[in-house]
Amino acid sequence: MMDITQNYFEFLALPVTYQLDLQALSERSRELQKTLHPDRFSHLSDRERRLSVQYTAYLNEAVATLKNPLSRAQYLLKLEGIDTFSESQVQLDPMFLMQQMELRESLEDIASASDPDADIERLRQTVEQEMKSLREQFDSYYQQSTPSAHEAAAVCVRKMQFIDKLGREIEVLEDQLFDE
Amino acid sequence: MAYSEQVIDHYENPRNVGKMNDQDDNIGTGMVGAPACGDVMRLQIKVSDDGVIEDAKFKTYGCGSAIASSSLVTEWVKGMTLDQAQELKNTTIAEELALPPVKIHCSVLAEDAIKAAVADYKEKQAKK
Repeated sequence: MMDITQNYFEFLALPVTYQLDLQALSERSRELQKTLHPDRFSHLSDRERRLSVQYTAYLNEAVATLKNPLSRAQYLLKLEGIDTFSESQVQLDPMFLMQQMELRESLEDIASASDPDADIERLRQTVEQEMKSLREQFDSYYQQSTPSAHEAAAVCVRKMQFIDKLGREIEVLEDQLFDE
Repeated sequence: MAYSEQVIDHYENPRNVGKMNDQDDNIGTGMVGAPACGDVMRLQIKVSDDGVIEDAKFKTYGCGSAIASSSLVTEWVKGMTLDQAQELKNTTIAEELALPPVKIHCSVLAEDAIKAAVADYKEKQAKK
């Protein structure tokens, strides 16, 4: 029986880990979806049907959250009682902020560059490398699983949130340039 | 969500956008960010020998409310003493711009930025 008071990992019968087996995730998700298919509930009561709708919503939420490397990291920290998603008051590394400012500035300059495609590609690679390195750092801190390591992991996630935003800004600019 | 007229005005005609040399002794630079939305804000002040803010510049990558909050702060702090600038409250900014509750954090960011700029200037002076 499914239980939506379980966390997403438990719900999907997957180990609570950052290095998630994505294939296992989609397999488990498909299995659960099958048991939740509305046709199987046609003979059931309203209450049971309502439950199945709830389970489906929870399953979709769980899969979407765990699939994305950033939201998976945010969720793992949430399970440890650290909310990096809605906090607003935190100290950030000034060097990191400086670098973010510079990256945003170079993105802004791209629109008027002679070869915007090459510049976008370079910036995108920077974003990907930065993300990759932050994911690795996050994982190694997370695995240490002490309160101070969790704090260090949270610092990684906050940085990822900035890089993620930059990545989305790059996409927006690409769309704009493509439209012209 | 609709932006107030004041926010739109600052967003469309931001005041004092730019950069001053952060290596100069009379420049204080405040760099802040909001991890939840990925906004980054740089606010700089130029301080006269008698401790009055002569000029202020900002650059913000973020939503309209964050841009408006920092633009407004650069307007306000010109002519203020460092102590006055440090007293600036986010609630005053939010009120002036009629920010809705979900955008209050943008005014907090601007308050943090001016405080960081003043602190950076003071630190530079102490080192001299």
